[in-house]
Amino acid sequence: MADSVIVTKDLTRVFGDFTAVDAITMDIKKGEIFGFLGANGAGKTTAMKMLTGLLTPSSGEASVSGYDVFTESEKIKKRIGYMSQKFSLYDDLTPMENIQFYGGVYGLYGKELKQKSEELIRSLGLQDKRSSLVGSLPLGWKQKLAFAISIIHDPGIVFLDEPTGGVDPITRRQFWERIYEASDRGITVFVTTHYMDEAEYCDRVSIMVDGRIEAMDSPEGLKASFNTSTIEDVFIQLARKAERGDE
Amino acid sequence: MNSFTGFVIKEFKQIYRDTRTLMVLFGMPVIMLILFGFAIRNEVTNANIAVLDLSKDEVTREIIRKLEASKAFELSDYLESYDEVEQRFREGNIKEVVVFEPDFGNKLGKEGQADVQVITDATDPNLANIVQSYTGAILLDHVREMNANGMDGKVGINVLTKMQYNPELKSVNLFVPGLIAVILMLVSALMTSISITREKEMGNMEILLVSPLKPYHIILGKVLPYLVLSVVNVITILVLSKFIFQVPFRGNLVLFFAESTLFIVTALSLGVFISSVANNQQTAMMVSLAGLLLPTLLLSGFIFPVSSMPLPLQVISNIIPAKWFLIIVRGIMLKGAGITLLWKETLILVVIALLFIVLSLKKFKVRLQ
Repeated sequence: MADSVIVTKDLTRVFGDFTAVDAITMDIKKGEIFGFLGANGAGKTTAMKMLTGLLTPSSGEASVSGYDVFTESEKIKKRIGYMSQKFSLYDDLTPMENIQFYGGVYGLYGKELKQKSEELIRSLGLQDKRSSLVGSLPLGWKQKLAFAISIIHDPGIVFLDEPTGGVDPITRRQFWERIYEASDRGITVFVTTHYMDEAEYCDRVSIMVDGRIEAMDSPEGLKASFNTSTIEDVFIQLARKAERGDE
Repeated sequence: MNSFTGFVIKEFKQIYRDTRTLMVLFGMPVIMLILFGFAIRNEVTNANIAVLDLSKDEVTREIIRKLEASKAFELSDYLESYDEVEQRFREGNIKEVVVFEPDFGNKLGKEGQADVQVITDATDPNLANIVQSYTGAILLDHVREMNANGMDGKVGINVLTKMQYNPELKSVNLFVPGLIAVILMLVSALMTSISITREKEMGNMEILLVSPLKPYHIILGKVLPYLVLSVVNVITILVLSKFIFQVPFRGNLVLFFAESTLFIVTALSLGVFISSVANNQQTAMMVSLAGLLLPTLLLSGFIFPVSSMPLPLQVISNIIPAKWFLIIVRGIMLKGAGITLLWKETLILVVIALLFIVLSLKKFKVRLQ
C-alpha cells in the first residue's frame, strides 16, 4: 500500500432512497492510468465528485493523496487536477490568460507562473496563437490546452471526466500521448470515457454497473476472464445487466 | 490572496471583452436616463383644449386668456353648442373642454359663485387628471386675483397651493432617484446572476469548485467588479442628471454614496442568490427581470406612488429594497435630508441586505454538497 494514491473502501453515496454509488472499493497506484468505465447513469460522475471533494460520501472510507475525503477535502484540492467533459477554458480569454488564471488559482505566481506558462505555450505549439481567443481554437487544441492546464501545478493525481468527447481518433490519440507523458512524470491519471478503444490504453480498467464496480483488471486480464477479444464486448456483457436508465 | 486578485482581473477582462455586457453596463444607464428624462414626463405641455363659452362676458374672456397663456394648453377651438363637445372628443384631437355657464360673470359678481364645467378625455386617465388640475389651478388663480382686486371680498374660495421641493413639478427630479435604483438593480443583480450562471453553464464553475479557491473567494471575485462598475454608473447618472436635466443635489454626497453602496450590496446578494437557484443564463435572466426588475419598476414608487396602490401591493412593496432606497435617495437629493431623518429606511435596507447575504451564502454552500 506504500504508493497507493486513491484508496476507497465501501464508498457509498445515497440520494434519498437512490443509491448512486454502492460500496465501491479500489486501490489505485501512483503513476497508474486508471480507466473508469460505465454506462450513463451508472454512478461514475457521483464517484468522481466524491473523490474530488465536490460531494460528501454517505458512508465508507476514501483517501486521495493520503488525505481523507471526509475531513481533508481542502488539502486534497491542492494536490489534484481536474478536467471536465465541458472543456473548462474561458472562450473569451487567450490561451496565455487561461493558463495564467488557472495557474494563479492553483497558487502559482510570479516567475514560476511565467516560466511555466511560456513552457506550456511552447510545448503545445501555440506560439502564434497566443493573442487569439480560445474560442477560435479547434476543439482538439482546446482539450490539449485544458489538460495541460489541469496539470500545471504538478498534481499527484489528475481526474479527467470524458476529456476527449467530440474529436476524431487521431486527435484523441494525440491527447492520449499527453496522458502517457503525464503518467511517466508520476502523475496518476483517473479517466472516465465512453470510447472503448481508449479503455485499451489504460493500465487498469473498472466497469461500473448500477452503482457497483462489476469488474476491475488490466484490459488484457478483463478480456481473458470474459473470454472476449475487445473491452467493448466485456462492457456490453456487463452493461446489459443494468436496470437503471439515464440519470 | 494572489489567486483572488487573478480572479478579479480575469473577471474585468471578460466584462471588457463582452460587447453585450458593456452595452448593458454603460449604454443602458445613459439611454434610460435620456428616455425617462426627455420622453416620459408627467407634466403636460401643449394639450389641445376647446372652450364652450355660453356667457361671453368680461370675466370668461379674462379666464380664457389665462388658459391660452398657459404653456400647458393650446387653445385650439371655440365651440358654439353642447352638441359639438362629444363630436370633438370623438375626433380625438381635444383633451379637454372648458364650459362656462350662461351669465357666468354676472353670477360670480352677484352671488359669489358660478359654475365651470371641465370635461376631459379620460381614455388617458393620467393626462386627464393632470389637465384637469391645471385648469382648476388657473381658475382658482383668477378667483384669487379678483378677490385681491377688492371685488367685495367673498368671491369663490381662496386656495393657496405650494409644491414643496419640486416646485416646477419636474418629473425628471422624481425619476432620477428611481432610475438609480433600477439601474443598480439591473447591473448588480442581473449581471452578476448571469455571469455566475455562465460559469456554471460553461463548466468552469466545476473546475473552480474542485480548485483550492474557497467558495467565498469565487463569490467575492464575481461580485467585486460589478460593485465597482455600479458605483461608476451612479456617478455617471449623477453627472448627467446634474448637467443635462439640472436635477438638484441638496444632500450629503458621502451619505449618498454610502447608501448607494448599501443598496448595491443588497442587489449583488440577490444576484448571487438567483444564480444559486438558476442553472442557466436564460433562467437567471428571466428570474432577475421578472422577480427583481419589474417589482423595482412598478412597486417601488418609482412610477406609481405606493400610497395609491391597493393594500396587498402596499404590503408587498415593503420587502422591495428599491422602495426604501428610493425614499432615501429622494430624501438626500431633493430634500437634503441627513441620516437623522433616514436612519429608519437605512436600517430596513441593512436588514434586507443581511438577510439576502446569509440566504445566498447558505444556498451557494448547499449547491456544493
